[in-house]
Amino acid sequence: MAKITMREAISQALWEEMERDPGVFILGEEVGVWGGTYAVTKGFYEHFGEKRVRDTPIAEAAIVGAAIGAALTGLRPVAELMTINFAFSAMDHIVNEAAKLHYMFGGQMVLPLVIRTPGGGGRQLGATHSQTPDAIFAHFPGLKVVAPGTPADAKGLLKSAIRENNPILFIENATLYQMKGEVPDGDYLIPIGKSTVQRPGKHVTLVTYSKMLPVSMEACNSLAKEGIDVEVVDLRSLRPLDMDPVLESIQKTNRAVIVEEGWKSFGVGAEVASRIYEDAFDDLDAPVKRVAQLEVPLPYNRTLEQSAIPQTADVIRAVREVVQ
Amino acid sequence: MDKKKQVDLFMQMVLIRLLEERAAELYQDGKIGGFLHLYIGQEAVSTGLVAARQPVDRVITAYRDHGVALNCGIEPKVIMAELLGKATGTSKGKGGSMHMADVSKNFWGGHAIVGAHLPIAAGLALGDLYQDNKAVTVCMMGDGATNIGYFHEALNLSKVWNLPVLWVVENNQYGMGTSIERASAISMMCKKAYGYGIKTQRTDGMDVISVQKEAERLFDEIRNGSGPQLLEAVTYRFRGHSMGDPERYRKSDEVHQWQENDPIGIYRRYLIDNDIATAAELDELEDKAGEEIDAAVEFAESSPEPAADELFKDIYVEETREVNHG
Repeated sequence: MAKITMREAISQALWEEMERDPGVFILGEEVGVWGGTYAVTKGFYEHFGEKRVRDTPIAEAAIVGAAIGAALTGLRPVAELMTINFAFSAMDHIVNEAAKLHYMFGGQMVLPLVIRTPGGGGRQLGATHSQTPDAIFAHFPGLKVVAPGTPADAKGLLKSAIRENNPILFIENATLYQMKGEVPDGDYLIPIGKSTVQRPGKHVTLVTYSKMLPVSMEACNSLAKEGIDVEVVDLRSLRPLDMDPVLESIQKTNRAVIVEEGWKSFGVGAEVASRIYEDAFDDLDAPVKRVAQLEVPLPYNRTLEQSAIPQTADVIRAVREVVQ
Repeated sequence: MDKKKQVDLFMQMVLIRLLEERAAELYQDGKIGGFLHLYIGQEAVSTGLVAARQPVDRVITAYRDHGVALNCGIEPKVIMAELLGKATGTSKGKGGSMHMADVSKNFWGGHAIVGAHLPIAAGLALGDLYQDNKAVTVCMMGDGATNIGYFHEALNLSKVWNLPVLWVVENNQYGMGTSIERASAISMMCKKAYGYGIKTQRTDGMDVISVQKEAERLFDEIRNGSGPQLLEAVTYRFRGHSMGDPERYRKSDEVHQWQENDPIGIYRRYLIDNDIATAAELDELEDKAGEEIDAAVEFAESSPEPAADELFKDIYVEETREVNHG
């Protein structure tokens, strides 16, 4: 067990899986000679060579399409999209092809495919480069969507994703690459589609994932000093969505707050809240509260941008309201 | 090509024609749902192409896929069953007319988003190159697909990576109802590959022998490392874009003129003139094809509907499987 960054954890997972299986290869913009836009694949090109670490043209449909085709031949491509905002240029291949081929041809076609991409805002990149559109991708049956919030989960989930025979969108968060955490060495696998309790508590259930996990944890530490004991459930995967730990927690706390970085309308929180109302209405002592991004395209100006993204103070306020 | 194989090409084209004529009737009777895009008039293109491939070579096409499916060795009854949405169809009744495939016969579909299968074809070829399979991927598309971005992304990538792929543009003069002159900056489709440094060839898509010979040479060159090449097959669809097409965009004179160049008629004369088969022998084959299609319809109609629990099957692969990398 070593304390490493999220970037190192993801890099370690990729490296180990490439060493383990010669069918695993990486393709994407600047993954090779450059070493990865966020340095996740630094050193890979030198070690694994250009056959397995493939720089591509700036052509997202070609990247995802080619990854789909290569996966159909039995390889295990890991395609990197430089940001999730560019995934829209490959939307057709992600949702009309990757998510459909296995079902549509009666189970004949198998796609062991991972698409890695960083999302999220807060880096003053303006409206086109700062989105958290995770919920859109989670809408489609046939695709799996994973979004880790700790370095250990990032490693364990990515290794599982690479070994799966399904198309998986693996959403990282660019502002978390420097976050440090304990990560088990070697073969460490976390099952996809399993939520987990990241912090036990008894007064309120806080449901979150990805970047909002550390933001929420900070809020919980502060709330603990006021005597409010929050249980934090990390979804980790959005599809399949594992609600069991959420519902079990609510049976105990009778209150729930959902924290997500994306917009509130039609978002992850909307889905989770609906399922809570459908399956645990009688357990609730208060309405479910949602904390989410304000409904604006994110602006460049730092103060304005930060005011639109959920902060620790927003989480603290929401939890207090639900507990009162 | 030996005589038997040459006669077999005739049989394949007749089977496609009869299968689709019957499918059109079944569509009118309400037994086939959704869209139905007929290949009638274009049979020589896929028949010639697929005849030139080796079993290791992969075939992928767009939504006008019944003929290609048959050429790749899928039995007419299995195609008909898919059209009727039956459990015995190519895709267990879950794909329909536009989504047929048989991976065991190296036929990779049947893709209904115009041009979207081109990057996938590049990926199939990449998989073969990576695994040193000495295989070629042949990717068929309509002229309409050359105007969408995927065409340009895929051709560029195929050249940059020197992928073993044969791009085939079936130029049937129209993307749905819009003629190439009204939709494309240039009307010679093959010229579009020049910008990517890809070698091109143009051939008469109504002449199965011409397509087969061209394709055989191209498969050979690509297998030996030439990198991607593009073949334009000039052809024409005799029927509407899909069933229920009012065909306001073209004159019946134009259709009749092309129909005089019916690929089956041309090939029938070729076989007789070159003493490969007699008229009587070919008539007999046509009768046999008719019987096979009758049996296909009977098979499809008597086949079971997919079971109710099929609805939730195959959304995901459930078990983890070790993949053999050959």
